[in-house]
Order: sequence, then C-alpha cells, then structure tokens
Amino acid sequence: MARRDIPEINAGSMADIAFLLLIFFLVTTTMNVDAGIPRKLPERQPPTENPPKIKEKNLFLVMLNRQGEILVEGNQYMKVDEIKDAAVKFLDNGGGVDKDGNKCDYCKGRKDPTSSDHPKKAVISIGSARGTSYGDYLAVQNELVRAYNELRDREADALYGMSFKDLKEQADNSDSSASRREAYKEKVKKIKEMYPMILSEQEPLK
Amino acid sequence: MSKFNKKKTDMPAVNTASLPDIVFMLLFFFMVTTTMREVELKIKEPKLPEATEVKKLKEKNLVSFIYVGKSKKGVKGDRIQLNDKISTVNDIKNFILAKRESVAPSDKNRLTTSIKADIGSEVGTIYDIKEKLRDINALKINYSAREVQRK
Repeated sequence: MARRDIPEINAGSMADIAFLLLIFFLVTTTMNVDAGIPRKLPERQPPTENPPKIKEKNLFLVMLNRQGEILVEGNQYMKVDEIKDAAVKFLDNGGGVDKDGNKCDYCKGRKDPTSSDHPKKAVISIGSARGTSYGDYLAVQNELVRAYNELRDREADALYGMSFKDLKEQADNSDSSASRREAYKEKVKKIKEMYPMILSEQEPLK
Repeated sequence: MSKFNKKKTDMPAVNTASLPDIVFMLLFFFMVTTTMREVELKIKEPKLPEATEVKKLKEKNLVSFIYVGKSKKGVKGDRIQLNDKISTVNDIKNFILAKRESVAPSDKNRLTTSIKADIGSEVGTIYDIKEKLRDINALKINYSAREVQRK
C-alpha cells in the first residue's frame, strides 16, 4: 500500500532537455569539409619536343631544401612569409613586352629591365629535395598562390569593384541565371589572363 | 476478484512519453558526429598542412582520394593508401582508371585527385604520385589542406 504514495516523475521537461542536448551537439560538432590547394599538372610532352626557352630574368626560382630553408633567385635566403612580397614584385614588374609586343599597362611594378618582362611571361619555378617535408613545400605553394591572388584581387577590384574571390563565387553561384554566371565567368577569365598562374616544378633532387 | 484488480492498479506506470525524444536525440547525435568517410584508414591519420588559399572540393563523387602518411606499425617511410588498403605508387594507375570507369563519360574530364598527405611526408613521395598521375593524364589534383584564416 505504500507504493501508491510514489509521485509520478514529471517528464514534461524531458523534451526540452533532449533538444538542449541536440542543439549543443549540433553547435559543437564540426563537419569536416574537404578543402585544399587545387593544381593542374602539366601534360606529358613527347620526348622529341624541345622544352621552351625561358629567359633567366623571366624566371623566379624558389628552392627548398630538406631543412626547410628557402633560397630565392639563387642568392637570397627568405622566410616563408617573405616569399609572397618577393613574388608579387617579380610578377608585377612589367619591364618589357609580352609575346605579342604589348606592354603591361596594368602592372604597378618598378619596370626593372633585369626582372620579368610581362606577367604573361613570368614563370615561377619550385625546386625541392626528395627529403623536403611536405608541410614546408605546401607552405611555399600557398604563399605563391597568395601572391597571384593578391595581384588578381587588385585588378578585379580596379576593373569590376569586387575581389577575385567574389567574382569566382558569382561565376559558380547556382542561384543566379545562366547568362549572369556566364558574364562573371568571362570576367574571371579576363583577370586570369592578366596574371596567368605559371608555376613550374623541377624534379626533386635526391 | 477484487483483490486481483487492486494489485494491478497499484503498479505505477513508467512514463514513456519522453522516450521518442531520447531516441531522436541519439539519432541526431549519431547523424551529426558520423564522418562521411567511406574508407577506413590503415595508415596513421595524416596531419594535414595548413593553408590560407584553399578551395573547397565540390562533387565528392568525382574525387579520388590518395592518402599519404606514416605506417601504423612503425615501418619507416611514407605509406600510400588507396581505397582501403596500403598500396604502392604503381597501383595508382589502376586505381584512377577504375574510378574513371565508374563515372559517366561526360564527367570524365572533371575527375579530381585529392592528395591527403601528412605534413611530415616527403616531397619525393608526392612527386612520384604526381608523375604516375601525369602518365595516365589525370591532371587535376588538389593538395588537401586545412583552411586557416590569415592573422
């Protein structure tokens, strides 16, 4: 008879507790999104094909050894965060003409005749050793991409009043109409042509 | 008879009204925390490098993943994992060709290879992988990295 006295537990707030927990986990758990630095590998050339000749001044050489030390242009040691500015300076130099004989009228560099002729001709080459750590290697790659993005951002802002990233987002935006997307794709292409990303990679040294 | 009836009404019923809530909570919890990785890692989980200039990978079904990292058993050197077994660089060719076969012909040139390599891997290993990819004309790659914001 004593049993009858047990009061019923109030379960009305149970749902609230459950939802609270649910929301807590929703907020604290992050879905890992796959992201990375995209790159296009060069096609295999037939062995008979002669490699294109590139003038010394149009080549920006970044060497990376297995200790993670960085040598730029064969004579300067640099830290990772200094590479970007050096690369921008090289790419934006515009000291000469491109292959059609046009001057770089949008370059804001020093027009130094001993540095790159034109952004369309400027090549950045990365040399490494087999034992170089991948982390160091990718940090350098990231800085070089950053240099290109900085220049592209500048031109996108000057021409269209928005950053290069926003332009690309608009070109991919599935909410807007196809013609609008096409127009943005055209703009992205134009900016990419102004500063084409020409990265070359040497076979890692043993 | 009356005695029998009394016994039954004396039992306090367990309140099951909140049971659905609990079940739903568990369900959501597992839905949220489960990572959508189809393969089980046979190598040590690669510690991805950090980068600021990353692009998010879309269309996961068009991406093949190559994992590079250290062995779990302490074997020296970098290990490569394709699908769910440890492989060598020579297996990459068949791995990519099989992936190519599995997608629609119109998507074939949109296939991407994502290299998920540990921060401590050697550039030589990555280079060997890239050479194999070039051999079979799988040119779109993505160096997987964790996105960080620039300070």
